[in-house]
Amino acid sequence: MMTVAAARWLRDGERVFVGIGLPSTAANLARRSHAPNLVLVYESGTIGSKPEVLPLSIGDGELAVTADVVVSVPEIFNYWLQGGWIDVGFLGAAQLDRFGNLNTTVIGEYARPDVRLPGAGGAPAIATSAGEVVTVIPHSTRTLVAELDFVTTSGHLDGGDARRRRGLPGRGPTVVITDLGIMEPDLQSSELTLTKLHPGVEVDQVTQATGWPLRIADRLSRTDPPSRAELDLLRELKAAR
Amino acid sequence: MAEVVTLRAAVAELVRDGDTVALEGFTHLIPVAAGHEIIRQSRRRLRLVRLTPDIVYDQLIGAGCARAVAFSWGGNPGVGSLRRFRDAVENGWPQPLQLEEYSHAQLTNAFIAGASRMPYAALREHPIHPSDHLTEVVCPFTGEVLVAVRAMNPDVTIIHAQQADRAGNVMLWGISGVQREAVLAAERVIVTVEEIVDQFWPRTNGVVLPTWTIDAIAVVPGGTHPSYAHDYSERDNDFYRGWEDVSQDRERFASWIERHVMGTEDWADYRRSLIRSPASSLDGSPS
Repeated sequence: MMTVAAARWLRDGERVFVGIGLPSTAANLARRSHAPNLVLVYESGTIGSKPEVLPLSIGDGELAVTADVVVSVPEIFNYWLQGGWIDVGFLGAAQLDRFGNLNTTVIGEYARPDVRLPGAGGAPAIATSAGEVVTVIPHSTRTLVAELDFVTTSGHLDGGDARRRRGLPGRGPTVVITDLGIMEPDLQSSELTLTKLHPGVEVDQVTQATGWPLRIADRLSRTDPPSRAELDLLRELKAAR
Repeated sequence: MAEVVTLRAAVAELVRDGDTVALEGFTHLIPVAAGHEIIRQSRRRLRLVRLTPDIVYDQLIGAGCARAVAFSWGGNPGVGSLRRFRDAVENGWPQPLQLEEYSHAQLTNAFIAGASRMPYAALREHPIHPSDHLTEVVCPFTGEVLVAVRAMNPDVTIIHAQQADRAGNVMLWGISGVQREAVLAAERVIVTVEEIVDQFWPRTNGVVLPTWTIDAIAVVPGGTHPSYAHDYSERDNDFYRGWEDVSQDRERFASWIERHVMGTEDWADYRRSLIRSPASSLDGSPS
């Protein structure tokens, strides 16, 4: 459901900066269903990739062979991302807070980590410069936390219009998609607010799985269940790998 | 001018204990054979630099070659963690590892500054974690607060390319990462290549490095495995998945290194050792 909901969030014709894993699966699903003109950009420098099979890494040959153009890593980050050509950045994380800030660096103390995670990668640049950020993360009190162990990537910082005051060009996180529902930032405070529940999920379930007192939208709606066509496409994509 | 030598001779001559060494290659064209040769020659106290330390850095770290890593994303792409890297950071085994942490954009710009022989580069990114290599700077024209990242100038950069010509010029194509910047930023440069050809043909996205930017060229066909060389080999995704098992356990890792790296003469011998090794989950397709 998380993958399908994420795919639906992408609009046809957008240029989307895609990380590997769920974002890549969702972006490819979108391209094969409602958004055939979606431009997939990978940080390895492939622009307009149209992979037949889901890549294992962001640098698989398939991404380069099917791309409109392949540029160097300095180019992709400086000219294309920082240059403002990317509409949507697609991120995952180990931890997320109520303002959509992300941790992908460590669990525990930095100097003596319980778990050392891979680190920043392209995320800080994506969250700074992409037009908006879509975040996907499994919903639990271990992932949606009151305080991040480390702030790797900026969302809405400490809320409100903090991004604008700090001079960050992109709008930051506009949606967080989990396996339970969808959260969007409040227009004033920028605090994440539950706006949609996935089929079969109740509000209690979501608040119990969230590490802070979660705001609930006045008009809470439900996501449509995955259609037969979406599920078939997803299965096809995964089988081809 | 580049000299064509064996990889053993190139590493013996150009990589020294304590050096800052960049083995660059963004998923594609990773110079794995050169990493093995560094392990084989027991280089120590290296400061390893690379945007995406993957299996070859896991091996160098686990084998005790590194004192520090400057990096921006340390994982096994699409698979998960680097177990040897994590063991060094979390438990100090086989020795503590100093981390110099960047984002991709920051380390990329550090290489750009290095290649430009500038002291730093500026970019727009948030947040930063001030350190020896990162700070904020105010733009003298607009007043905007920007990130300043200190230049990265490795003692040695090692890359893998598809071809060299008879004059020692080098050409690579496909996903080209930050190799050009990493080469131009370095004091010494080693390039391993798939083959030496009489003449280059123009390629889409081709990057050519003139012979006078390179010190040593070694011909090592398939020297990127389990990474790949566009138009020469395929990425061995099964090897990346299998590495998870081998690297999870200190003893299993140590015996893998002993058998396949320390116990082999060179890269060709290593490739043969994989085929001979049905007990390992990494026996398959060293394509």
